Amino acid sequence: MFTEFLQHIVNGLIIGAVVALPALGLTLIFSVLGFVNFSIAAQMTVGGYAGWLVNSHLHWSLIPALAVAFAASGAIGIIGDRLALLPMRRKSTAHTSLMVAIVSIALNLALENAMRFGFGSDLNSYDLPVSRDLVLGEIHVGPQQINNLGVALLLAIVLAAFFSATRMGKAMRAVADNPDLARLKGIDPQRLSNLATFIGMGLAGIGGALLAVDTSVDPSTGSRLLLIVFAASVLGGLTSLPGAVLGALLIGILSDVSLTVISPVYQSATAFITILLVLLVRPNGLFAGNSGVRK
Amino acid sequence: MTSYLLFMGTLAGVYALLSLGLVTIWGQGGMVNLGLVGFYAVGAYSSALLNAAGLTIAVAWAAAFIIAGTVGAALCLVTRTLRGDYLAIVSLGFAEVIRLIATNEKWLTGGSDGVSGIHAPLKAELGAAFPWFYLGLTWTLVALAVVCLSRILSSPFGRALRAQRDDEQVAAVAGKPVLQLKLKTFFVGAGLSGLAGAVYAHLTSFISPDGFVPLMTIYIFLAATAGGYTRLIGAVVGSVILLVLLESTRFAAVAIPGLSAVQVASVREFSIAVILIAIMQVRPQGLFASKPQRAPRLASKPGEAPAANGGTTVPIPHH
Repeated sequence: MFTEFLQHIVNGLIIGAVVALPALGLTLIFSVLGFVNFSIAAQMTVGGYAGWLVNSHLHWSLIPALAVAFAASGAIGIIGDRLALLPMRRKSTAHTSLMVAIVSIALNLALENAMRFGFGSDLNSYDLPVSRDLVLGEIHVGPQQINNLGVALLLAIVLAAFFSATRMGKAMRAVADNPDLARLKGIDPQRLSNLATFIGMGLAGIGGALLAVDTSVDPSTGSRLLLIVFAASVLGGLTSLPGAVLGALLIGILSDVSLTVISPVYQSATAFITILLVLLVRPNGLFAGNSGVRK
Repeated sequence: MTSYLLFMGTLAGVYALLSLGLVTIWGQGGMVNLGLVGFYAVGAYSSALLNAAGLTIAVAWAAAFIIAGTVGAALCLVTRTLRGDYLAIVSLGFAEVIRLIATNEKWLTGGSDGVSGIHAPLKAELGAAFPWFYLGLTWTLVALAVVCLSRILSSPFGRALRAQRDDEQVAAVAGKPVLQLKLKTFFVGAGLSGLAGAVYAHLTSFISPDGFVPLMTIYIFLAATAGGYTRLIGAVVGSVILLVLLESTRFAAVAIPGLSAVQVASVREFSIAVILIAIMQVRPQGLFASKPQRAPRLASKPGEAPAANGGTTVPIPHH
């Protein structure tokens, strides 16, 4: 019983670590640009396909494939943003941010179907060596899952360094914290929003590629996880980067541990129930307030 | 061909009811409801199951309205403190949970096999005239909904609702019962979506979870924005545009040679998405723009500055 519970926690942590990447991307984009970008789901799928293409056709190994996933999702993210979302952001009405969010849903649909057109609806698996599970006590962990966990952790550390040590990172946190004040200090919001979109979508792409490595990629890979990614980001308060990571780990563990009490078919409902309960108690998420700048 | 057109005409009426629900909640109430398809499903299943349990169709439809509306009001109550962004995400999740329940509670909903053999009203009695009758019935409901909504929305309730939409705090300061306004609006909007589901269920006589995917919500957003998402007439016209668009892309995509079935479907959905993006960019107010609301002028002194919100404020004397 206890080992079963522990196994669920380990599985949840691994899933949570991978979900943390797109959740970080979503949070970053929301912090800097001020709207919820639903097209992050399709960008996860873009990353999954980009990595799969170079891995299965050109036989690149995992790390270069992930780099390709990052670059492809980031680039397509910027193109989509320029074509579909930027013109909407320029309009200033009372509900601009929600209008942009709705357009991003349409963008998500367009991207997903562009991929379905090109690749079909089949499941595509990465071509990586298969190895036996590691067994620690009675806990089973796949080596690939350990890799995923490692990559996610490494990226989180790189990101933390970027935001605390570099000028760009600090500027981004400044914009997230107070856009008007940041502009007064001469920070160009347009350049930063491009960078935020690139990094955010790139992170989503890596997340999608890691998920695809663990299972497979098809046009709906990202959309299936949209809710859980959003739940992670919302738990963190939508503007807190550490909050997004903690939210993702929490959601990952909760949804896996919930399997001990509910039927697996309702696993994805746990994300919804969790955010509903959390938002009831704390309408701005668990970690809202510690946005961007360290006080 | 006639039966195809009749079916499509009826379907346009179903979409019109859904769009009216969206215009009520989103356009007039200012709450982003991405869970529209969830209420549509609740209405469809409620009506189909209640009718199968022995209630007459009229009662089942009324029940579908009330059940979907109550679920909507409950969701609104639970999410009352949330900002727009959060509400969008939570309502999207709500629709997914409804679909999960419809897929997995086999004892109630038949699971992914769905509910089949749903009775249509007077089908046996009317015979060949039935499609005409159902088309008329559907559009009568649409007309009824438009009349009722326009009465509600031009009443003081409607004004308070729009005040709440434009600035919740100001409306609250002015003494408007913001939460109550939101709950009632959500009840009516979700109820209309539920009624649309009921009409759809008895039209096709078969419903399954596959019919209630998030894509449907996007279609209705397209219909509402194409027509003008704050206007009732916009919702109705937008629904007809949506249906023409959906059907013409079906024929256009099939006409492209050398495409697989999956590709045809993806071309359709792709073009719908691109059209929605284009409309939002070029003409976000849609075909019928939001009417600027003028306060009534003082009858005695024409040409003077209008007094705000006639009746409730004392007119400021001019020098």
